[in-house]
Amino acid sequence: MTASDALGVAAHVHARRVTARETAVQALARIRDRDPHLNCFSAVLEDEALRDATAVDAALAAGRDPGPLAGVPFAVKNLFDVRGLVTLAGSRINAGNTAAARDATVVARLRSAGAVLVGALNMDEYAFGFTTENSHYGPTRNPHDPSRVAGGSSGGSAAAVAGRLVPFTLGSDTNGSIRVPASLCGVYGLKPTYGRLSRAGAGLFGISFDHVGPLAASVRDLAAAYDVMQGPDPTDPVCAGRAVEPCLPVLDEGTNDLRIAVADGHFAARGEPEVFAAVESVAKALGAVRRVTIAENDRARAAATIITASEGASLHMEDLRTRPLDFDPMTRDRFLAGALLPAALYVRAQRFRSWYRAQLREIFREVDVLLAPTTPFPAPRIGQDTITVCGVEVLTRPMLGLYTQPLSFIGLPVVSVPVAGPSPLPVGVQLVAAPWQEAALFRVAAALERDGVIAARIVP
Amino acid sequence: MSAPELADVARYVDEVAPLLALPIPPECRGGVVRNLVALLTAGDLLGEFALGEEETAPVFEP
Repeated sequence: MTASDALGVAAHVHARRVTARETAVQALARIRDRDPHLNCFSAVLEDEALRDATAVDAALAAGRDPGPLAGVPFAVKNLFDVRGLVTLAGSRINAGNTAAARDATVVARLRSAGAVLVGALNMDEYAFGFTTENSHYGPTRNPHDPSRVAGGSSGGSAAAVAGRLVPFTLGSDTNGSIRVPASLCGVYGLKPTYGRLSRAGAGLFGISFDHVGPLAASVRDLAAAYDVMQGPDPTDPVCAGRAVEPCLPVLDEGTNDLRIAVADGHFAARGEPEVFAAVESVAKALGAVRRVTIAENDRARAAATIITASEGASLHMEDLRTRPLDFDPMTRDRFLAGALLPAALYVRAQRFRSWYRAQLREIFREVDVLLAPTTPFPAPRIGQDTITVCGVEVLTRPMLGLYTQPLSFIGLPVVSVPVAGPSPLPVGVQLVAAPWQEAALFRVAAALERDGVIAARIVP
Repeated sequence: MSAPELADVARYVDEVAPLLALPIPPECRGGVVRNLVALLTAGDLLGEFALGEEETAPVFEP
C-alpha cells in the first residue's frame, strides 16, 4: 500500500492493519510538509479530519462497515460546499459569505462511504481559467516542475494527487477543467456524462456544461470514487434520474468487443509532437487503426466560449455591477465582456450545439471509444502569456482547451489518462465515449494501465 | 459577416454598459473591449455556418 492508493488504504483500514486516524495524521503531515511549495490547499480541516477518521475507527471497532472508502483521505476543489467552510470558488468576493450549512451532495456521498475530507483546494476564480494562476491566493505549482502551472481550473485538485498529498480529489469541468490539469500533472481525471453526477452544492459557472468528477492516481481509485458519487439527486435539476452503473466491477472485462478509433483533423493538429505520440502509443496498444474526423470543432469552441461567457457573467452580474475591481484581474475583463454579449449570439450558439451533438451521435453509431489528446502541450511556465506551437505563437491559456472544449460542449463522458513515457513533463490522452458509456472508458483505461501504457506520475 | 472593428466595439461598450447598469472601470475598458472583440469574432464564425431547424428550447416541466 502507498499513500496514493485509495483502495489500498481502505483495505488496510478495514483489516485494521492501520487506523483511519493514523492515515489522516500522515496525510495532514504530508500536506504541512509539501503544500507550502505547491499551494494546493486553501483550507486544511485538521480537527474535522481527525474527528471523522476517529469515527471510522470506532465504527470498525463496533463491527460496522464504514464503507468502501474507509479512512481514505480526500480533498475537494474549493467550489464544493463543505459544511462549516466558506465556499470561496477561488474568489475574494465569496470570502465574505457565510459558511456552507451542508456538504455538496457528492462530498456527502464520499463521506458516507467512509472517506475522510482533509481540506479544500485552490482553483481559478469562479472556475474561469485553465492554469490556476489565482491572483488572490497565488498559483498552484506543478509537482513535476514548480516553475510550471498545474493546469486549471481544478489545479489544486490535480497537483494534490500528483504531489502525493491525498490519493484522490474532486474537481469540476466546464470546458476542460478536470482534464487539462489531469494531463499537465500526470494523473487520471474523469469528466462524466453531463447530468451523471449531482452538482448540488457545487458553485456553478457555465450551467450548460458544468460537470463534477474525481481525479486519482489509478483507474480503480477513479472508478471507486465515481461509483460512490453516482445516483439521482432531486436537489440538482440537471442530475439525471439514472440508476447507479458501477464501473469498478467491469475493469477486467477487456476491450475486445469495443470499436476504438483515433480522432484526426482538429484533434491531430496544432499540438506538440509528443502529445500526438502519446495518442499513437495508446492507439497502438489497443490495436486502433481507424481514423474518425469530427467536423466544425473550431465552431464548437466558439459556441462553447460564447455560452460560457454569457452564463458565467449572468451568474455574477450583481458583483460585476457593484464591485468589479474585487474580481481577479485574470477573470474580470472576460466576465464583463460576457455580460455585454447580445442574447441572439447565445441562442445561436445553443442551436449550433444541437447540430454538433447530432454529428457525434452518428459517429458513435460506428465507434465505442474515441482517442484524442487532452492538451496541445505539456505544462507551460507560470505567467507564460504566449507559447509557440508548430512555429505559430498563440495565447497559452485559451489554447489549453483546444481539444477538451468541443467534447464537454455536448456533455460526452471523457477520462483523461496519463501516458507513460520518458519525457520529463506528463501529457494526457482523452478516452471519449457516447453519453452514459463511462463503463467502456474504464474498461479501456484499465487495460492500458495493466499493460503499462499509461500510469500516473506521482512524485516520490 | 466581417470581424468586428475595435473602435466599433469600444463604442458599443461605452453605450451599452450604462444601459445595463454595468459601470466599466477605466482600467478594465481596454481588456473588456479586446475580450468582447474575441467573443463577437466567435459569434461571426457561428453566423457563417448554415444551421437547419435545430430546436433548442430548454426542457421545462411545469
